[in-house]
Amino acid sequence: MPFQDTFINIRGCKVRMLRAGQGKPLVFLHGANGVPGWLPFMAQLSQHHDVIVPEHPGFGESDTPDWLDRTGDLALFYLDFFKHLGLNNVHLVGTSLGGWIAAELAVRNDTNLSSLTLVAPAGVRVKGSPMADIFLWSPEKMARNLVHDPELAAQMMPGDMTQEQQMLVLKNRLTTARLAWQPRLHNPDLRKWLHRVSVPTQILWGSEDQLIPAAYAQAWCDLIPGSQSTVFPSCGHLPHVEMTDLYCKTLTQFIREVTP
Amino acid sequence: MKFYFMHLMPYADLDLDYDKSHDSAWNTLPNSYYDPKKGHLLYNRYLDELEYADVLGFDGVCVNEHHQNAYGLMPIPGVIAGALARRTKNVKIAVLGRALPLLNNPLTVAEEFAMLDNITAGRLIAGFVRGIGAEYHAWGANPAESHDRFHEAHDLIIQAWTQPGPSVFEGKYYQFEYVNTWPRVYQQPHPPIWIPSQGSSETIEWASHPSRRYTYLQTFTPVTMLAKYMQMYKDLANEQGYEASQDQLGWSVPIYVAETDEIAHREAKPHIENFLNKFLRMPKEMLLPPGYLSLKSMMGVMQAKSAIGGKQTIDDVMGKGMFICGSPATVREKLADYQKQIGFGHLLSLMQFGTLPADLTRKSMSLYATEVMGHMRKNTSVNTAAVG
Repeated sequence: MPFQDTFINIRGCKVRMLRAGQGKPLVFLHGANGVPGWLPFMAQLSQHHDVIVPEHPGFGESDTPDWLDRTGDLALFYLDFFKHLGLNNVHLVGTSLGGWIAAELAVRNDTNLSSLTLVAPAGVRVKGSPMADIFLWSPEKMARNLVHDPELAAQMMPGDMTQEQQMLVLKNRLTTARLAWQPRLHNPDLRKWLHRVSVPTQILWGSEDQLIPAAYAQAWCDLIPGSQSTVFPSCGHLPHVEMTDLYCKTLTQFIREVTP
Repeated sequence: MKFYFMHLMPYADLDLDYDKSHDSAWNTLPNSYYDPKKGHLLYNRYLDELEYADVLGFDGVCVNEHHQNAYGLMPIPGVIAGALARRTKNVKIAVLGRALPLLNNPLTVAEEFAMLDNITAGRLIAGFVRGIGAEYHAWGANPAESHDRFHEAHDLIIQAWTQPGPSVFEGKYYQFEYVNTWPRVYQQPHPPIWIPSQGSSETIEWASHPSRRYTYLQTFTPVTMLAKYMQMYKDLANEQGYEASQDQLGWSVPIYVAETDEIAHREAKPHIENFLNKFLRMPKEMLLPPGYLSLKSMMGVMQAKSAIGGKQTIDDVMGKGMFICGSPATVREKLADYQKQIGFGHLLSLMQFGTLPADLTRKSMSLYATEVMGHMRKNTSVNTAAVG
């Protein structure tokens, strides 16, 4: 299916956006490694939704604005983004770093959301259950550790990159450090306000997540009233990539259940 | 030219087989590898060596800052500088780092350096660094903020030293209602400031700015690169309308002197190779966290992949001029040649490296002081004015 690949300018910040499909808007907020392209799960979801995939400010081909210091800045940016595009009743889906942004957004203002899906989100730290140190992972280790299936990991091994591709990898890593180096991959204040999330929320996790342990799924459920969690067996940190069909099915079923 | 004795204070008793189970002598190497009883002896031995440099007539001694590693045991270099402040009489004391971006409160450095400057009646040289990449892992400081925090912390310290207090500081990372450092610095307007770096063009540009004219110190670099960076400093100065003096350029290099070239090579070999392959060992991700270098510089490093990793030998580093080793005549000749070509005014010799034991360290120091330093002082006209 063809998708739009455009740039939009919000208060001087140019942001790349991929978009396809009809229906209620489903905004996908990507993780620390950015958006490699229009992925199979996006295509699948776009059969029933208006799927919108922005590249966060500071990532990929989007601008790096001067105001970008913390994940909360991105949360407020996306509230502007919704307003700019006139989006209402949004199904917001965020994975890893994107899940953190989505949660920061929802505690600030969830009036434009219909549902919230957090996929192995960063943002909260569970004491005694440390996350892995992605900043010490080599590119090879990153590929090996992010997914559970060794064959998929082999496909994800970084090959020879063009200079432009290398530059994007470095840029994504730099912005990830800016947002998540310290406190590492979380905001100590976020957990205090997660009770404010009032839209139907589900937490998805891979049982074999090597970056953020699956034990975090329960902690998130405890923090967001009425939320539910699903842990996919034999799955790593990227369920949308590793278990595309199951992920899309779970997501669309949840959306169908919670929205009239 | 002025001569300095530099120390890293490595944990020389490190079990060198650590690398069979650990990929780094930094951050992740368990501190159970450190034995405090051996550490006690090493600290006192190294302090003796620094004090010996004063007796031998060096112009200065240099200490520095590294965290959570076996490479250098001076996480708080002011402790060592404080001990030296009383026991040495003539040498300048250069604290080459504090790593400013690591600090939540840079005023601690303004205070610490001011105390040292007062105790020594102005023998302090103030070094400001960003620290190496590994420090950001060790201290949790955000490497993406490294450059900005460095500049802001520097501005704050200079304000504390030069503006009558109390004053207000309104920064992005640091805010103070009362900047009013007691004691004031002894040297006016402030102690000499040295900026050690491994050759970042951003740093050279910043240090050479006419409003600063700080001494740029090139550390552990092939001599061809040294020449390039020193020339860059001079060119930038020229572009800004002034001529850089030798006093603005320094070089830090490991040196070993023995009776003959052959003896020097044989005695230094295992210890310099341990320094290179055991103590400096760390993965690239630890050395270069995101933001530590600009994206442009980082791309350069990625493309020169061979520059990182791989075992190095004494001959590799001698060949590149990263290690000066030989008889007094050989060392004299090399140093005089480089000095003439490149025109640096400060030479920092790292004379204990890796596992080099006390007896060889002292022998090399003494030969260097009498046969190299003394000789060169007599024979080279020290041109502290402009160099071409």
